[in-house]
Amino acid sequence: MSVDIAVIDYGMGNLRSVSKAIEHVAPSASVAVTSDPAVIAAAARVVFPGQGAAPDCMREIDARGLRQVIVDAARSKPFLGICMGMQVLFDHSEEGDTACLGILPGTVQRFPHEAMHDAAGNKLKVPHMGWNNVHQAMPHPLWVGIEEGERFYFVHSYFVQPTTPEVIAGFSHYPFPFTCAVASGNIFAVQFHPEKSQNAGLTLLGNFVTWNPGEHDSACDMSGAACA
Amino acid sequence: MLAKRIIPCLDVTNGRVVKGVNFVELKDAGDPVEIARRYNEAGADELTFLDITASSDNRDLILHIVEAVASEVFIPLTVGGGVRAVGDVQRLLNAGADKVSINTSAVTNPQLVKDAADRYGSQCIVVAIDAKRVGDHWEVFTHGGRKATGLDAIEWAKKMESLGAGELLLTSMDRDGTKSGFDLALTRAISDAVDIPIIASGGVGTLQHLVDGVKEGRADAVLAASIFHFGEYGVDEAKRYMKQHGIEVRL
Repeated sequence: MSVDIAVIDYGMGNLRSVSKAIEHVAPSASVAVTSDPAVIAAAARVVFPGQGAAPDCMREIDARGLRQVIVDAARSKPFLGICMGMQVLFDHSEEGDTACLGILPGTVQRFPHEAMHDAAGNKLKVPHMGWNNVHQAMPHPLWVGIEEGERFYFVHSYFVQPTTPEVIAGFSHYPFPFTCAVASGNIFAVQFHPEKSQNAGLTLLGNFVTWNPGEHDSACDMSGAACA
Repeated sequence: MLAKRIIPCLDVTNGRVVKGVNFVELKDAGDPVEIARRYNEAGADELTFLDITASSDNRDLILHIVEAVASEVFIPLTVGGGVRAVGDVQRLLNAGADKVSINTSAVTNPQLVKDAADRYGSQCIVVAIDAKRVGDHWEVFTHGGRKATGLDAIEWAKKMESLGAGELLLTSMDRDGTKSGFDLALTRAISDAVDIPIIASGGVGTLQHLVDGVKEGRADAVLAASIFHFGEYGVDEAKRYMKQHGIEVRL
């Protein structure tokens, strides 16, 4: 029997929060936290979370034989990447000089030590931890009902730098602007944790579980070639 | 801009919150889930549960609490108290905790911090440091401030960062319970010494103390128990006060 939503479990951190939040917004949906490629392949929607370090993350994906099913899901069905699950969609991470999945063009970089000061000269801590404003760079079905500049909860030391700026769906400042959400066809991925971002996060997850990427998808229209 | 965080702390023993909260129309002042929900509605940025259960028989009760709270309250949850092994960390995370705070065991077994951070990621490992002024420096204490360790608090903070702590919860044992404000010199010294976020704790009696902790102590977050529990101030009130004093908060 296929599930509505598969949360990919590859041994990277605590997925309980993610599944609980999804169950909260979609009480009638069947949600599986799974590392079974067959379950992921058959699911209608896929959530790809993750915490920890990029080298471990890629190693665990391959150790479980999940690379192909993740790539296939990202190309074919509503797909939500969260935190590390966003970063490894790109080509390469500076963290441990790690080759990633290469589903989206771009790299992952650490907050550079020399830049971590605010306008008054105060040191900014890394990891970037806490609630920061998320600015929406494009209209998208997953932003519906969420105010421009709404705060979401972040905890990370690395951020993505997409090669193709048209995939940038949202950005935040720490202290410089960095990409914190990307959208490309059926993929939406965020650096922050919607499952820990109270009402705004639940709204985003609620939008995801009803999202049908398709020809009327404004994000798709805007991101052009990425949807072809 | 990144907001400074306000974190109410709940002491839990045998499945109940010890200090009652005077929320309006709160049916059960000891019910952790009810209290967590109220704090969430008031705008708490995170919640910390400190398990002070003495008996090992009742330790698993905290797991049920975390599970129940995590099903209803979607902000970060930190749980501390009695974390001695990687298995304890795992059980708390599986129950729905987002971060686990390690205190005494970080001193008796620093490798635990490294093992837990390697296994679950630095983002979920908080090291709690209880410090007391001794002569011209601050020393790390354990067992609720009763046991001296001989460790210099600043050096200890750096070591915990290097072993993989993602955040430090710093409590001044000189100020804890005094309501005379954070030890700002201690907070600032530790915050300047490391690159990871610092949660200041111990001594909050007024809203100005929270402001001072951020502005003078350079804390990234402030934790308080009694001023919120006894209804002296609301979390929302504290945030508005901080904002009036030029601190970025989530309102």
